[in-house]
Amino acid sequence: MNWQAIALTFKLACCVSAILLLIGLPIAYWVTYSRWRWKFIVEAVVALPIVLPPTVLGFYVLMAIGSHGWVGKIWQAWFDRRLAFTFPGLVIASVLYSLPFAVQPFAAGFSGVDRKLIEASWTLGASKLRTFLRVILPLSFTGILTGVVLSFAHTLGEFGVVLMVGGNIEGVTRTVSIDIYDNVQAFNNVAAGETALLLLVFSFVVLSIVYGLNRRMWEAFPTK
Amino acid sequence: MTPASGNSLQLKLKKKLTSRGVGTFLLDVEFVAEPGITILFGHSGSGKTTILQCIAGLLKPDEGRIVAGDEVVFDSDSRVDVAVSKRNTGYVFQNLALFPHLTVEQNIHYGLDGFSREEKDRRTQAVLESFHIPHLLHRKPDEISGGEHQRVALARSLVTDPRVLLLDEPLSALDGVTKSKIMDDLRAWNEARNIPIIYVTHGRREVFSLGERVVALERGKIIAQGTPQDVLAAPSHEMLAQLAGFENIFDSTVVAQYESHGTMACRLERRVTAKQHDGPSPEEGDPRSAGSTPVRKPLELEVPLVRMDLGAGVRIAVRAGDILLSTQRPQALSARNVFIGRLVAMNRVGVMVVAEVDCGVLITVDITPSAVESLGLKVGQEVWLIIKTYSCHLLHHTSRDVQRAYQDDTSYVR
Repeated sequence: MNWQAIALTFKLACCVSAILLLIGLPIAYWVTYSRWRWKFIVEAVVALPIVLPPTVLGFYVLMAIGSHGWVGKIWQAWFDRRLAFTFPGLVIASVLYSLPFAVQPFAAGFSGVDRKLIEASWTLGASKLRTFLRVILPLSFTGILTGVVLSFAHTLGEFGVVLMVGGNIEGVTRTVSIDIYDNVQAFNNVAAGETALLLLVFSFVVLSIVYGLNRRMWEAFPTK
Repeated sequence: MTPASGNSLQLKLKKKLTSRGVGTFLLDVEFVAEPGITILFGHSGSGKTTILQCIAGLLKPDEGRIVAGDEVVFDSDSRVDVAVSKRNTGYVFQNLALFPHLTVEQNIHYGLDGFSREEKDRRTQAVLESFHIPHLLHRKPDEISGGEHQRVALARSLVTDPRVLLLDEPLSALDGVTKSKIMDDLRAWNEARNIPIIYVTHGRREVFSLGERVVALERGKIIAQGTPQDVLAAPSHEMLAQLAGFENIFDSTVVAQYESHGTMACRLERRVTAKQHDGPSPEEGDPRSAGSTPVRKPLELEVPLVRMDLGAGVRIAVRAGDILLSTQRPQALSARNVFIGRLVAMNRVGVMVVAEVDCGVLITVDITPSAVESLGLKVGQEVWLIIKTYSCHLLHHTSRDVQRAYQDDTSYVR
């Protein structure tokens, strides 16, 4: 088994879900509570990666982060190195690709919080930030956990975007799914099968946890 | 408006509202809530909750001015609009909105951010004692009982020493005894603070038992204000009559006038109010199965005389509590109106039994459970109803769309 690819993939998934937690929460908050009439357009943009072929998304990201793209140029100017076909480039692409898998569960969690609780918090003198941290966040915990887990799992299995943006560089951008592809191309079905099984079992466990949590916290963890 | 006096809340606001069943209308009110309890009374969809939300800052009036104590918290002319969290208003929601993930103590501490630990504990202790719930300190909201939720919600709002307390029907789910105990505690608490408390309700029993002043609202307009006795005891307005507990409202026709007696006779055509409680209605059930139906002529009520033409339509309201019920034909009575009918339903409501009697039209009568027992009342039996002339109140009609709103919304019946 290609442990290097597995380690790289988990590192990528960790980075992506951490970043999505940071940027996904404000986006989900805005999507849930904004009363802007054109909000649906933003919602559509966020959901786009669900329906867009990964190659299409990868293509645009590659154009943007390539040495002639504006993101690539800024990166080059700041860090004096290229962004395409590197690990940071892969993280940027993966964040975009998994964005809806974080934002939508977050937003679903937020909108499940009773509006009156939020208003009660305001009338008790709490600011919007304090209300978010002390009321909205704890009460939408399962939604947030679901978003983190889903974006993690989704990043583990991505293929098209990685191939377009990261290429296939051993130890830098070769993730598990690409490793499997390589093995199959080389008629190395045993190695491919081992890695594939690992990914299958892991994904199954993760999704079981998500669905278990969504039933209700204390049904999944009957500690109460 | 006159300058603010002490702790009072002055309010003048306009806001266009769209409400289900009532349609679009303009909320346009102006009143002053002095320290003490002011009841904001009206039908669902009349704009009561909107007024509270505007006071708290959760909604923005189209125009107007709200002054709490000596601070202007909203003024459309000078573009003042103080944020919700800075208004220092206590707001107890209908669903109480206790934070389910926090203990009672944490709920009460929630509004005390910035105070020292000792001050938080001191205030919490004081408010919990005022509302008789110190034992709940470490429980979560799902571990406490019905009346205790209300007490915790009140304590949480009051511990911050708000300038105004807004109550949006927070006690509507409770029985009368529990409700009045809580209100007694609230009154005792407010004796020292003396802040305006605005209590929204559509239940008339609360108006009589709780409020020192009443502001009655219909479709966004104030239709009456004053003491509960002034507003509800002799309502001239049909909407107030329905809300004020005139369970029996009839359409009738003037058939005779007795100038010398100061009375007139009205033939009852139709009951306007909905049936008070579910039970077999005379139309649905078969009254004959319970025995032979008494032969009846159209019901005529003798009511106080007003200047009206014979044949004119008039609406008559009678309180269920003002009607006497007898199991035998009463004799030698001063009351002018004695009707025979059949008891078609009895329902226990709080401490009373609400009986429906079919006298040709359905008449609702309040009786005590002990009367039911001593008279041995049974559904299906024949009874006599006695109504004094001066228990019959004549009403002004309201506009047609308001009546339709009553029919859309049955909450006033319950």
